[in-house]
Amino acid sequence: MTATRPRAYRQAVPRLWWLRRRSYLLFMLRELSCVFVAWAVLFLLLLLKAVGNGHVDYQRFLEWAAKPWVIAVNVVALAFLVFHAVTWFNLAPKAMVIRVPKQMLAVAPKAIVRRLPEGRVPGWLIVAQNYIAWVCVSAIVAGLVMWSGS
Amino acid sequence: MRRRTRPIEPFLWLLFSAGGVLAALFLPVVLLLFGVAYPLGGIGPPTYQSLHALAAHALTRVVIFSVCVLSLFHWAHRFRFTLLHGLQIGRLDRVVSMFCYDGALVGSLAALVVLMRL
Repeated sequence: MTATRPRAYRQAVPRLWWLRRRSYLLFMLRELSCVFVAWAVLFLLLLLKAVGNGHVDYQRFLEWAAKPWVIAVNVVALAFLVFHAVTWFNLAPKAMVIRVPKQMLAVAPKAIVRRLPEGRVPGWLIVAQNYIAWVCVSAIVAGLVMWSGS
Repeated sequence: MRRRTRPIEPFLWLLFSAGGVLAALFLPVVLLLFGVAYPLGGIGPPTYQSLHALAAHALTRVVIFSVCVLSLFHWAHRFRFTLLHGLQIGRLDRVVSMFCYDGALVGSLAALVVLMRL
């Protein structure tokens, strides 16, 4: 008899476990959003490559981007990017705990301190800051792109 | 699922998080403009001269490079675990990791080349 080391029991997980529940499927879709993040980077690099090549290639890129299938891919990709952004921003307070320094808690008005759970910056405030940053970045990028020429 | 604890793992998680933030902040507006709004013809795209001037600016290049590199490593890390868990192929971690992170490296180099040539 060959002595084998005992192995821990591992319950078999069905390969397509994430099709079994809506919440699992949403989780999987959220994880798959990364594919469209990669696509967006690729698309951006193709645009910049065309811009680097000159006027003619830029026009060619614009024509390529206007093909129905490319637009369709980009519409789906945009939906996934927004899904990624919303889930990412909403999860931020769980991943990031910001404590207010003790010295500040000591001098802050009682009415404010009472609203800070365990001396932390409340989660909704972190989420709100994320959305404000999103709006600002989007506005700056869109502004630069649209009015850089005029 | 057996995974070796590697000292590089925390660093990969850091890249994943940083990339997640930059991808969420920057990529939707870029895709909305160049992937949807301009192709559908609602508004005219920027002229070649103005877009080139904007893209070639040193600050723009640094921002775009950061967004590209970190977003690619965000993809690599997340896609790795999506494949491992979603298809229950944890034993293939080595191959999957190599594909993902090397892919992100290649993409980062491509971004560097494209931005230098502007």
